[in-house]
Amino acid sequence: MKILKRTKRSTEIAEETPIEEKILKNEKMQSIKLNAWFGDKHVLKNISLSVKANSVTAIIGPSGCGKSTLIRCFNRMHELVPNARMSGKVLLDGRNIYSREVDPVLIRRRVGMVFQKPNPFPTMSIYDNVAAGLRLTGVKKGHNLNEVVERSLKQATLWDEVKDDLKKSGTSISGGQQQRLCIARAISLKPEVILMDEPCSALDPIATAKIEELIVYLKRAYTVVIVTHNMQQAARVSDFTAFLYLGELVEYGDTRSIFEGPKNELTEKYITGKFG
Amino acid sequence: MDNYAYRKFKNRLFFILSLACVIIAIIPLLSILFEVIIRGASQINLQFLVSVNGIGPAIQGTLILIGLTSLIGIPLGIMSGIYLSEYGNNRYASWMRTFNDLLTEFPSIVVGITVSVVVVVGLIGSFSAIAGAIALSIMLIPIVARTTEESLKLVPNSVREASMALGVYRWKTILRVVLPAGKSGLITGALLAVARIAGETAPLIMTVLGSRYFFQGLFEPMASLPITIWRSALQPSAAVQAQGWGAALVLILIVLSLNIGVRLVSRGRMRK
Repeated sequence: MKILKRTKRSTEIAEETPIEEKILKNEKMQSIKLNAWFGDKHVLKNISLSVKANSVTAIIGPSGCGKSTLIRCFNRMHELVPNARMSGKVLLDGRNIYSREVDPVLIRRRVGMVFQKPNPFPTMSIYDNVAAGLRLTGVKKGHNLNEVVERSLKQATLWDEVKDDLKKSGTSISGGQQQRLCIARAISLKPEVILMDEPCSALDPIATAKIEELIVYLKRAYTVVIVTHNMQQAARVSDFTAFLYLGELVEYGDTRSIFEGPKNELTEKYITGKFG
Repeated sequence: MDNYAYRKFKNRLFFILSLACVIIAIIPLLSILFEVIIRGASQINLQFLVSVNGIGPAIQGTLILIGLTSLIGIPLGIMSGIYLSEYGNNRYASWMRTFNDLLTEFPSIVVGITVSVVVVVGLIGSFSAIAGAIALSIMLIPIVARTTEESLKLVPNSVREASMALGVYRWKTILRVVLPAGKSGLITGALLAVARIAGETAPLIMTVLGSRYFFQGLFEPMASLPITIWRSALQPSAAVQAQGWGAALVLILIVLSLNIGVRLVSRGRMRK
């Protein structure tokens, strides 16, 4: 499939970094003894978790358990927060993205992100929002912008709704459409992994259904990690589920076995709604 | 008087007091404006505005000063503001922020005398247009830096994160995403700062000196409206004093038009 081809620039960096661990079959990303802090607050404790390629991995858990921090460590967004630090490793195709010679900016081109609240660039049109990825990262050479914009919007299932209004401001459309615009913007760079931080929490049920459908569709071409508050959502869209509680990984496995036969008492209590 | 009526009375009294204070504050302002218009308007004609014998050189000088000062001060101020807002999350930046605030309140006469000693006496050896622009820039930079910082801080962090998460370098995020989002605030801040320093007199007396001729060169003394007003006021001749009133009116109009510019810019922001 043509959309699977990556941009040349984004693959260059990885080759310089040594392969640290033998990659198990299909493991796209892996965290090894990952710890993270905000100031003195220890928010992630020894998380070791692997994410399989072309699958949807859901991270669930009560508020404040470190879900968002975990995925923000996966594309080095965590370190942008003042006083934030981390230790441990995160591997992408077996290479540590925290090695010294790795430029975090280039990692973010391979591991894209969609945020909780839709955040299109307020001064840009719908078209420019999607084109911004290529324009601002300087990789537009060899790409036909119009084609990339159209393809990304189609993949994000937004094209039919906005194709006549591409010049309109990115913030003029509805919240659900804005979130799909943000997804289109993220996939315009053909990342290998897409991290989604509660992408539906600001949306109504209809918009949520659309995004969920989209997530399932996207895993054909990408690896998706989604943080969610909504357990039904995790059950609907994900192949694997990780349950985090107070910064620790309590249980991880394929979604079915987590939901149908959780091994840990805490997990069971959480998914049956006894707390959280 | 029962309690209810008394409370109502207090309520009313407070309103009347605040209204009275506003009126007291506005009266001197209006009377200055009125005085300047009455005395200045009769002076204004084309001859007065453009000829060497009128205030032609002073208007030209003031516009040159505004231009030069903006050219030097606005880019420096905006860059400083970007540093404070976007990279200013450390101790050095908070010292700089404090120092910057101090500079904003710096007495203009001190700026003037320092530039006079360093630039006029030390570097150039003559009163000069450029020295005046430097003095005014020193006053402009901290104001622009502050307003830039404030308006960039209003840009939501989610917008920066969106760009960083795409793998855009920070400088490009700032130039292409953050600055456009804060643009109207930047323009408003810069225009207000320029309007604020356009009427400064003290630093100009010690740097550009004043002149009776049109622009002679960047390194020569130059006329300007505040100096013309100041000089005219010191003259015994009624005709010269009248010219000073005319100059005052023109200066007020220049400052006013900058302010109207600000209104137009910020109204554009509201509509969006």
